[in-house]
Amino acid sequence: MSESVLILGATSAIARATAAAFAARGKGLYLASRDLDELQRSAFDLHLRYGIEVRYGLFDAEATATHEAFFQAALEAMPDLSGVVLAFGYLGDQKAARDFSVGEKIIASNFTGAASILSHCANYFEPLKRGFIIGISSVAGDRGRQSNYVYGAAKGALSLYLQGLRNRLFASGVRVITVKPGFVDTAMTFGLPGLFLVASPQNIGERIVGALGKSADVVYLPWFWRHIMLVIQHIPETIFKRMKL
Amino acid sequence: MATLAMPLSGWGRYPVQTCELERPERYTGLHSDAACVIARGQGRSYGDAALNENGRVLLTERVNRLLDFDAEQGILRAEAGVTLAEILDVIVPRGWFLPVTPGTKFVSLGGCVAADVHGKNHHHNGSFGDHVLAIEIILADGSRVVCSPSESSELFWATVGGMGLTGIIGEVTLKLIPIQNASMIVRHHSADNLDQLFQLLQNSTTDDRYTVAWIDSMASGNRLGRGIAMCGHHAAAEELPADLQNTGQAKSSHSIPFNFPAFALNTLSIGVFNALYYGREGGKREPFLSGYDPYFYPLDTIGHWNRMYGKRGFVQYQCVIPDATAFDGIKALLQELSGSRRPSFLAVLKRLGAQGRGLLSFPMAGYTLALDMPIRDEGLFVLLDKLDQVVMQGGGRVYLAKDARLSDESFRAMYPRYEEWLKIKHAVDPENKFSSSLSRRLGIVEGRP
Repeated sequence: MSESVLILGATSAIARATAAAFAARGKGLYLASRDLDELQRSAFDLHLRYGIEVRYGLFDAEATATHEAFFQAALEAMPDLSGVVLAFGYLGDQKAARDFSVGEKIIASNFTGAASILSHCANYFEPLKRGFIIGISSVAGDRGRQSNYVYGAAKGALSLYLQGLRNRLFASGVRVITVKPGFVDTAMTFGLPGLFLVASPQNIGERIVGALGKSADVVYLPWFWRHIMLVIQHIPETIFKRMKL
Repeated sequence: MATLAMPLSGWGRYPVQTCELERPERYTGLHSDAACVIARGQGRSYGDAALNENGRVLLTERVNRLLDFDAEQGILRAEAGVTLAEILDVIVPRGWFLPVTPGTKFVSLGGCVAADVHGKNHHHNGSFGDHVLAIEIILADGSRVVCSPSESSELFWATVGGMGLTGIIGEVTLKLIPIQNASMIVRHHSADNLDQLFQLLQNSTTDDRYTVAWIDSMASGNRLGRGIAMCGHHAAAEELPADLQNTGQAKSSHSIPFNFPAFALNTLSIGVFNALYYGREGGKREPFLSGYDPYFYPLDTIGHWNRMYGKRGFVQYQCVIPDATAFDGIKALLQELSGSRRPSFLAVLKRLGAQGRGLLSFPMAGYTLALDMPIRDEGLFVLLDKLDQVVMQGGGRVYLAKDARLSDESFRAMYPRYEEWLKIKHAVDPENKFSSSLSRRLGIVEGRP
């Protein structure tokens, strides 16, 4: 039984809560993000609160050329790696993203960077015939809307990528779970108008880890977002294109 | 940083003011681009100390990590947004306890420094700031300064008790006290009147490390000030029964002191409750075991007890009167209260030790009385102004962390070290970036918004 988990994009509120939920179950952690000072703060906090081993290292989703070396270094620090949580994401500014130079960054972070690091993770777990990959995508990827279609497209692509990866790794016994959070009370949503039924990061983190003990491959969090998105996905395009969403 | 404008209040739910909130999730986010900002931890100050009407309020709740712990020396360094509850969860199993704790553990570490809170042991151990080894503060220009009693000590003692007005408290290093287990040994002593109660609080044989007195605020005449002194200390291993010694775990063997039903609070129901409570709790003359939670945090088990006072909220009036004038002063306050027929559900009396070095800190050697007063009408504020006069005549002061209505003249009379504090404030924050509804109401610093 392997005992530690790699958290990619470990400084977000959802990632911190997910890390804490793993720590509460006695799992060791490797925290990765661009902000070493933040990682150091979170690492000691998790170590002291839960008595687990926590390592951390620099990871830049957009610097895909560095991903292989990063993953090797993480493995050396945590040879007992049992799973990966991909938690990084960049919402960006949709208005500004009409300029492709801005939109490109959203795609580079949410999709290209994710596909890059996940390829290394998948290639590592596949021959071992164990492990899990949890990808945090978004309900925004379920249907394109004018308010955030660049972010939505990148997350939608990530969802498809995870779906394919799940299909590929099923034979190896590697679990791939796609998580699609709805509104969560984080810096990404703070102060946004029109939010409803906002979930706490702690609740989401707990459920992300809980998903490993259940069979669902695609997990909407909280659960009712599955139904909300089902409705949204089934609105005929002729009507949907007229809506202000 | 995205912001959210919404109506906000302190724990007393009065006043309610529209503030613009921001909530950083990283340590570097503890700096605002707003021209006028105040930090807010758990919002447990009662009045407007953590409000900023039409200004910015920076929520520190997500910057709440434990950063360093020396298990040999009992020294903890943490981000100021962490709550005492979270700290206790980590330190108690390791044999350490908070050196000073207020009556709720759902407060932020930064708030404890900013209000220089005290506990039931102030007469022995001083206030929270006396146990703080260092503070990292983020100043108006965004620079970080570490201050301590020996390093930038002026800034340190302006920040301890400084109500968040010198900058944003980012990190706090705290010296803890060792405990042998999580249990308390508690003893109750009842007093038929205020005279007896004062004697109990002064008596070194009944006094303990932690001492607090509950007062029956409805009693009058020759029973005015009747109450119960509750004295306790951390249990030594040999004080525990054998079965508890092995585990070292504190299990509360006792019911919660304020385990009241949420009945409508009026003079009749409070009078009945107080009579029953006095009869039951006052009878516990023998020492008994209690967990630290029910002893220190009786009200924490009742979620939002502040909502019991109704929609208009309440004011907690807490004052201190110096030793020499304390008895007459407290007696006059209780007489005013009893004469007003305004119910005060909670009335608590404590001894305080010598004044500390925090320039705006509340404690001074004397006796402190705390009263919860529901807001029913404007008459309450007239009564509280009268209480202010009694306090000032006795040379005392009102606690800013509880306050929602003190006047600027009274503030200046009560806090004589204010001018000294103001010099430091001007030096570190010349533009008056750090400002709250409280600071403007009291004219602590003139200005925005």
